[in-house]
Amino acid sequence: MPRRSSLSLRQQDARTAWLLVTPALVIILGVMLWPIVYTFILSFFNAPTGLNQVRTFIWLGNYIAMIKDPEFWDTIKRTLYFTIVSVVLEMAMGLGVAQLINSHPWGWKFLRFALIVPWAVPTIVNGAMWRWIYSADFGALNGLLMQFGLIKHYVPWLTFPNLAMPLVILADAWHTMPFVALILQAALAALPEELDEAAAVDGANAFQRFWSIRLPLLRPAILVALIARTVEAFRVFDIVYIITSGGPANSTLTITFFTYLNSFPWGKQGVGAALSFLISIFTISMALIFIRVLYRPEETQ
Amino acid sequence: MIPYRRYLRKLLLFLLTLPVFFFIFFPILWLFSASLSTQAELYSIPIHWIPQHPTLTNYLQIIFPSQAISSVPRAFAVAIWNSVKIASAVTVICILVGSLAAYALVRIPFKFNRSIQLGIIATRMIPEVSLILPLFIIASSLQLINKPVILIVAYMSFALPYAIWLMVAYFQTVPIELEDAARMDGCSRLGILFRIIMPVSVPGLVSTAMFVFLLAWDEFFYALIFTSTLASKTAPVAIAEFVGRYAVNITGMMAGGILAALPPIILAFIFQRYIVSGMTAGAVKG
Repeated sequence: MPRRSSLSLRQQDARTAWLLVTPALVIILGVMLWPIVYTFILSFFNAPTGLNQVRTFIWLGNYIAMIKDPEFWDTIKRTLYFTIVSVVLEMAMGLGVAQLINSHPWGWKFLRFALIVPWAVPTIVNGAMWRWIYSADFGALNGLLMQFGLIKHYVPWLTFPNLAMPLVILADAWHTMPFVALILQAALAALPEELDEAAAVDGANAFQRFWSIRLPLLRPAILVALIARTVEAFRVFDIVYIITSGGPANSTLTITFFTYLNSFPWGKQGVGAALSFLISIFTISMALIFIRVLYRPEETQ
Repeated sequence: MIPYRRYLRKLLLFLLTLPVFFFIFFPILWLFSASLSTQAELYSIPIHWIPQHPTLTNYLQIIFPSQAISSVPRAFAVAIWNSVKIASAVTVICILVGSLAAYALVRIPFKFNRSIQLGIIATRMIPEVSLILPLFIIASSLQLINKPVILIVAYMSFALPYAIWLMVAYFQTVPIELEDAARMDGCSRLGILFRIIMPVSVPGLVSTAMFVFLLAWDEFFYALIFTSTLASKTAPVAIAEFVGRYAVNITGMMAGGILAALPPIILAFIFQRYIVSGMTAGAVKG
């Protein structure tokens, strides 16, 4: 008797659980799993855009065309350039600002508060703002440099292929550095102060204390921020779209932008599907690393 | 330590904060100042950091679009209203559906519980570009392009996993003793959830709602693909559209940008104490 009743309670619980979980699962399966599978299947077809276009099965044709296209490899290189430089820059700035806040200079509370502003500004507003800052006609960058006598004429910053990517990265850093800084600052503030004091008594200088005591303890927080930022940076689209639209001379054409161009303006849905499947593979493998980091914190220590 | 050295250290650190403050505030303050100037003054060289003839025209035309002469402020007013509607709908659905699922995942042991949790973290990472083609194909054949409902559905793909994840993190902090006591009294699971857990979880629900609203407000890619008429565009798409097309009314667009940035900034300030915990739990802002 007791066994039966406890079993039925468990069953009842499980039924309630499924009742609660099902709406969410239906939505997630409908808007995520099904599209992913569909995209995968579509990547084996020659699929021009349009409702009445005929799709033909071409095996790995889209993938082969993709690998043979030199533009594809260039977009990969540019995406890696954007990802590595922007993530390193944001992590360095974020860590620096976090450490600065944690040293409690005058106004540190206001600084922590101020970081929320760039974080909350929508990505597209941020992009538009920097596009205007870089403007050749009225931009604040030109205005500032001229005020200090560094330039004699306004410079069309965004027309130089070598400069466009660094300028987009700077714009991105304004928006994303606060995320890194706030996460790392919270982690720094949670570290026990005694450690630092003990090391100071033992004669460690400020840099040594930061490098060999705080930094290793920050590793879990740094990993969380690093992986989150890497995944985000790899799929950068919005800010590129609004500041340069991939130009000049394709110098800011990243993989997501290339996928967008193939899928929509160029009407090559099959190629677009192959490209987006590739992006999914990368992000899901990053997600797996992420899960390991989150679920086994003891291994990351 | 000698007092004056401590003072020197404080001063040095303070000097270090100045470039950080400059980096944070210079762009946004310039944008705000430029949005208050006339088109003619915007182009003046050397630059006017503070407009000599400040005007609120750019803002008033968006807030009272019927009096606007150019089409930019009118389109902005519509776009901001579209964004409000879509982001609110996404927030309400995510909170309802997400908190129910999160409670079950945190407190009820059942088969596949862990697999579902891991699946939700993994789906949180899938980029929009990987889902867009099938959603676009379906939306076109059902004639849902330019309808708010397709954006609300599409936004679920990133907002719902995020909401569930944030609520999971929150429910984990609710003491289980609260539930045990109620169970002793013969309260059912659903009774516990609605009468005990939900009321004490209001802070978690509110901060999750804020994050979801910000994500939906920020979204650009789906809105770009799924809207083609001015009447259906959201604020980010309207901004992108005008930045590329209308070179004439730049100060008007700047005012639009500031207005589109205001709701998230205000929300973030109100709920600032939740932001860091939400960031760490959600780990990715879309």
